[in-house]
Amino acid sequence: MNAGRPLHTREPEHGLHAVAPAASPKLTIAQAVCGALASEMERDERIIVLGEDVGINGGVFRATDGLLAQFGPERVMDTPLAEGAIIGVSVGLAVTGFRPVAEIQFMGFVYPAVNQILAHAARMRNRTRGRLQVPMVIRMPYGGGIHAPESHSESYEALFVHSPGIKVVVPSNPYDAKGLLISAIRDEDPVMFLEPKRIYRAFREPVPDESYTVPIGTAAVPRTGGDVTLIAWGAMVRICLDAAAALEKDGVSVEVVDLRTLNPLDRDTLIESVVKTGRAVVVHEAPRTAGVGAEIVALINEHALLQLEAPVSRVTGFDTVMPYARLEEHYLPNRDRVVAAVRNVLEF
Amino acid sequence: MPRTIIHECAVERLEILGPEGQLDTELMPELDDETVRALYRDMVRMRTFDDKAVKLQRQGRMGTWAQLKGQEAIQAGVALAMIESDWLIPAFREHGLMLLRGVPGHLIYAYWAGDERGASFPEGVRCLPIAVPVGSQLTHGAGIGLSLKLRGEHAAAVTFGGDGATSEGDFHEALNFAGVFGTKTVFVIQNNQWAISMPRKRQTSSPTLAQKADAYGIPGLQVDGNDVFAVYTAAVEAFERARSGGGPSLIEAVTYRLGDHTTADDATRYRTGEELEYWQRRDPIPRLRRHLEGRGLWDAEQDQALKEEAVRWVASQVDAFNAMPMADPGDIFRFMYHEVPPALAEQLEWLEREVRA
Ligand SMILES: Cc1ncc(C[n+]2csc(CCOP(=O)(O)OP(=O)(O)O)c2C)c(N)n1
Ligand SMILES: [Mg+2]
Repeated sequence: MNAGRPLHTREPEHGLHAVAPAASPKLTIAQAVCGALASEMERDERIIVLGEDVGINGGVFRATDGLLAQFGPERVMDTPLAEGAIIGVSVGLAVTGFRPVAEIQFMGFVYPAVNQILAHAARMRNRTRGRLQVPMVIRMPYGGGIHAPESHSESYEALFVHSPGIKVVVPSNPYDAKGLLISAIRDEDPVMFLEPKRIYRAFREPVPDESYTVPIGTAAVPRTGGDVTLIAWGAMVRICLDAAAALEKDGVSVEVVDLRTLNPLDRDTLIESVVKTGRAVVVHEAPRTAGVGAEIVALINEHALLQLEAPVSRVTGFDTVMPYARLEEHYLPNRDRVVAAVRNVLEF
Repeated sequence: MPRTIIHECAVERLEILGPEGQLDTELMPELDDETVRALYRDMVRMRTFDDKAVKLQRQGRMGTWAQLKGQEAIQAGVALAMIESDWLIPAFREHGLMLLRGVPGHLIYAYWAGDERGASFPEGVRCLPIAVPVGSQLTHGAGIGLSLKLRGEHAAAVTFGGDGATSEGDFHEALNFAGVFGTKTVFVIQNNQWAISMPRKRQTSSPTLAQKADAYGIPGLQVDGNDVFAVYTAAVEAFERARSGGGPSLIEAVTYRLGDHTTADDATRYRTGEELEYWQRRDPIPRLRRHLEGRGLWDAEQDQALKEEAVRWVASQVDAFNAMPMADPGDIFRFMYHEVPPALAEQLEWLEREVRA
């Protein structure tokens, strides 16, 4: 059998920085995503980036800027406008040894591809009893807060967290964005990589030039505290950190858990924190009902009920269609809502 | 057995008023002078309305705006071929046609400024709200065309898509469905040659988009989309076919997106200035103006008056838009279901308390 041209891969380095070295360049999340793609593509010829406007335009958020020039049109593919095919073709590439990193331009446009994600990408390993696997990454910006047009602000992570067979990763800062994306690319299973567009360029942080991984399935604790645990991901982590800073002035000590991966969830970090504080508030911008917050509350009930001093509370989007720009501030959780929820939990 | 040809497909292209003003008098539709002037007036109004939206966006008074600049002839020509009972199922770049179908301009501005009330059209306006997910509206066009057929209405549904939309599965599904059921649908593809940064040839290796109709067993025609007479003639044919029960058709109108994809885009990243200049010389508005002038139906003074009138009219739409009171945040909930379920009513109450505090 002619197996075709071999594709070259260098063994991955597993640089693990607890924090970025001080001399690292300061990057935005969008730049960190781009850097992760470039450094992995450099290492592994099997990686193909594909999607709408990812090549010559460098992505509508510039998260793939410069990749076409660096790696050429066979590895950075501007596709026809067809989400179903972008993911279906990626499945075909993945089962035959490539490692596609597909971009869906906005989460609100993933629906034509849901058939491929849920019916195929998520199930291939199980259906073939491990014979075939789909090591692909599906990147997409998600979430509100940038006054975008209709269908550009959705947060439907729960749809995918609910679907067995795919991992769901959500970075909240540039350092994690790079490390988590590299982990996602190296993962042997399909990973949905949700990029909080509201903070794509909101701030910069040192991000090492070289490759490093942040492991999938591990939460971070960006702030430790003893009175209450705030649990969040993506853009809501910053809201929680703001709320925590405001509460500190009143002597309330808040711990913030950034889940970073929604499937598989880092149950240990989550439960350990809640056991310590005895109080928890989950914050997400997605609709409330059957959101990921509901799963977290269930886990806390299963594993820490007797340590709770108050019912776990949720600050979420409403059970409505995501409002257009002019009313979106009323929909999105904000610092004041989180502070109020924390006070309620403390006063219970 | 020899191989035999069992099917051949020919693609027709229709041009009536060429870019240099050449006119095919045989093909020229019978339109009285006033109607031709009205076409021009409609196109100038569209352009003025569109330009104003970009200015509002730059001033921070508008959200993202998708310019129709360069595509006016398609929208004016289709509008003229429509009768009151026809339906419009737009994509997101048909503001001009929506205006002509009775959607108030201030509502179009409101929609793009991020206000849901902008998608709530006056009673009797047979127009769906715009569709942001590319291609998704085309099946609605098939559905409304089916509805008109089932009800035996003398009407047709026209649905729009871009060249990029023809790559979506929905395009195939819509045309196929319409073909199978002979729905009263007119599919118009505004082939403006770009889908954000992707040129038309990167969407499909098919030489034309019109020929795709053939595979669904329906008529397809390519027209010069910057030639309002060609668009009108093709549209009349397709609408009459649909209304009279002759089934759906596809019109590929070849035009050019003279603006950026939206105000969030920068087209200089992916296309050349020469290409833009080439198409600026084919701008449908000066083309029609030269034609009118050549026939002695128009002069500089009238043009000046029209442009001033268009600016005043657009200003009135901006005023109406600015005069809209802020929407009630409770509206986030009130239209989710026929009746607001209790759990949602609680969320609404919670928000109302927060807004009051
Ligand atoms: C399903 C879906 N995918 C992606 C997008 C993002 N997007 C908006 S418009 C557009 C290009 C559309 O091109 P075309 O159909 O040619 O219409 P045009 O913008 O040229 O009018 C894209 C990719 C979207 N709105 N919907
Ligand atoms: Mg187009």
